[in-house]
Amino acid sequence: MARGDGGATTRGKRAAPRTQKRGTTGTGDPNLVQLLTPEGERIDSATGPDGTEYRVDFTDEEYRGLYRDLVLVRKLDAEATALQRQGELGIWASLLGQEAAQVGSGRALRTQDMAFPTYREHGVLYCRGIDPIMPLGLFRGVDQGGWDPNEFKFNMYTIVIGAQTLHATGYAMGITMDGRIGGDEGEAVIAYFGDGATSQGDVNEAFVWAGVFNSPIVFFCQNNQYAISEPLERQTRVPLYQRAAGFGFPGVRVDGNDVLASYAVTRHALDNARNGQGPTLIEAYTYRMGAHTTTDDPTRYRIASEVEAWRAKDPLARVKAFLEKQQIGDESFFAEIDEQAKQEALHLRERVLAMPDPQPSTIFDHVYAHGSPLVDAEREQAARYLESFEGSAH
Amino acid sequence: MATETLTLGKALNLGLRRALEQDPKVIIMGEDVGKLGGVFRITDGLQKDFGENRIIDTPLAESGIIGTAIGLAIRGYRPICEIQFDGFVYPAYDQIVSQVAKMHYRSQGKVKLPIVIRIPFGGGIGAVEHHSESPEAYFSHTAGLKVVSCASPQDAYAMIQQAVTSDDPIVFLEPKRRYYEKGPVEIDAPLADAYPLHATRLVRAGRDATVLAYGPMVRTALDAATAAEEDGRDLEVFDLRSLSPLDLRPVYDSVRRTGRCVVVHEAPGNLGLGAELAARITEECFYSLEAPVLRVTGYDTPYPAARVEEEYLPNLDRVLDGVDRTFGW
Repeated sequence: MARGDGGATTRGKRAAPRTQKRGTTGTGDPNLVQLLTPEGERIDSATGPDGTEYRVDFTDEEYRGLYRDLVLVRKLDAEATALQRQGELGIWASLLGQEAAQVGSGRALRTQDMAFPTYREHGVLYCRGIDPIMPLGLFRGVDQGGWDPNEFKFNMYTIVIGAQTLHATGYAMGITMDGRIGGDEGEAVIAYFGDGATSQGDVNEAFVWAGVFNSPIVFFCQNNQYAISEPLERQTRVPLYQRAAGFGFPGVRVDGNDVLASYAVTRHALDNARNGQGPTLIEAYTYRMGAHTTTDDPTRYRIASEVEAWRAKDPLARVKAFLEKQQIGDESFFAEIDEQAKQEALHLRERVLAMPDPQPSTIFDHVYAHGSPLVDAEREQAARYLESFEGSAH
Repeated sequence: MATETLTLGKALNLGLRRALEQDPKVIIMGEDVGKLGGVFRITDGLQKDFGENRIIDTPLAESGIIGTAIGLAIRGYRPICEIQFDGFVYPAYDQIVSQVAKMHYRSQGKVKLPIVIRIPFGGGIGAVEHHSESPEAYFSHTAGLKVVSCASPQDAYAMIQQAVTSDDPIVFLEPKRRYYEKGPVEIDAPLADAYPLHATRLVRAGRDATVLAYGPMVRTALDAATAAEEDGRDLEVFDLRSLSPLDLRPVYDSVRRTGRCVVVHEAPGNLGLGAELAARITEECFYSLEAPVLRVTGYDTPYPAARVEEEYLPNLDRVLDGVDRTFGW
């Protein structure tokens, strides 16, 4: 997978395929870091608001790897949405449209870095090497998300908006206290949240803490423009990345539909963090193409032309266009990836359908590390009650 | 074995010091806990001896204190969080009940959060509003949290250390009006020999009625028992110590003998801990009861202005009135 020199580099291993000199965006926003236009044109380097120069230098194989990630993540997400529609999942929070922000940032993490997600970071979870079935247990209702956060360096999904930003900040404080700052072996933390979360007290407290303790953390806000139905204008009057200045650390807005720029900006911020230069707020400017979750109807709160305008900025199409233009990927390559995605989605479906319901007694498991007489008594009581149905009509 | 006479506050300070010495992963975090030593001086001198990395003066944000403690615990630390006053815990309430309490369960045991949340609680110190509350029912109602309260210097010293070594998150309620009351503390006794953290303790044996109390009301209940002797009534008094989980086996035995039970707490009565105690005791001891389980509690009002708090708080006379009522049934 993609492991190119990331972030802000001054020299590349090899000249990146280039079609455009230093530039910014197709949207005309000078503060949006972009390295790949919606048309699939590579931009050699882009400058952030504080003058940092961002570029990437990937091998052909790494470019292909990123594309593969994007396709797989989208396909698995689509499969989960389908499973929900068929009644196999209680609810699903789709990432459609946000693949580049998640794969770009997810691939920028080093093995030792810790991530604190919301409930939509299926792409980051995939990049962390976690079996994509893991979050489906949560949404199917057979568990509450059961992977080991320490094994995968990826915490449990957090549903209460913004709560995890404080957990991430505390973890980052621990890195400093452990003396694990500095060099390629140093550790960093990334906290994911959305535009709605920036209104929460916890997120602002996390910014305060991270700034005061100069903690090795990257705040990665996927601004997908809507908090369920409420547009960004209901959360803020200033661009979100500018908030960072008030807390004493840099903020940068990146084209969240551009996997290369998302990678470069995140890699640079993580390296800064691991080298003791403190936090960064990244605003990945993107768009949620579907509903907030499968329970809402986005046609009630947004207009079709807006969705179409964002469809033109699709994170996958632009990488595909780039690969085609550079002749890095051909027909058979794209067909092979599509087939792989199809097979993995099918495999996922089969396994979801085979997921057993948990035993009722598991309700009582792990309430306490050291147990509790109250819970133990209730466990026995419930077991006796269920046993009383043996041989009865039930 | 060395026994010293210490105030409850000093016993807590010494207990925290022991916990810090025992395990380098133990840290204390809160507002003013460093140089000042806390507004009640419970952390007095600790930053000087253990440094700013272990006794952390935090920004002024309670949700941040608990939320970052969660991350530190995931990282392997054992944070002791000080909430400055009971009424200030509510900004952290979401982190405590939604995150601290549930992470072990959600992760199927993979994430342990050995966090102690110290809260000076209760009234009787003439404070302004938000400084005298009894929030124990909120936390006792939340599965995943354990809730304890100390009432004596000896328990303060041992229980804080036991709480720190527990892998379960613990809300540790300190009876602030008793911080300056003295008692004997065995400071060299091994922690393993200490009275179990979640066990109810008989603090006065008696034959005629059972009185249940915890935290600041244990002293009041004992005073009432002494006064009741003049009326020829021999009261048995328990210090519950653990509010969640409750340890009621010794209480049931007692009530079966005495047939009468009075529960005393400062918190409002409606849906308070006394309601739970009355229900459980009624279920277990129904045929032994000579009277309903009675409650002597704070009123169902916001905590009042300091000049009338003595009317609000259960005092010796109100406890004795409760005892009279159970005998008058």
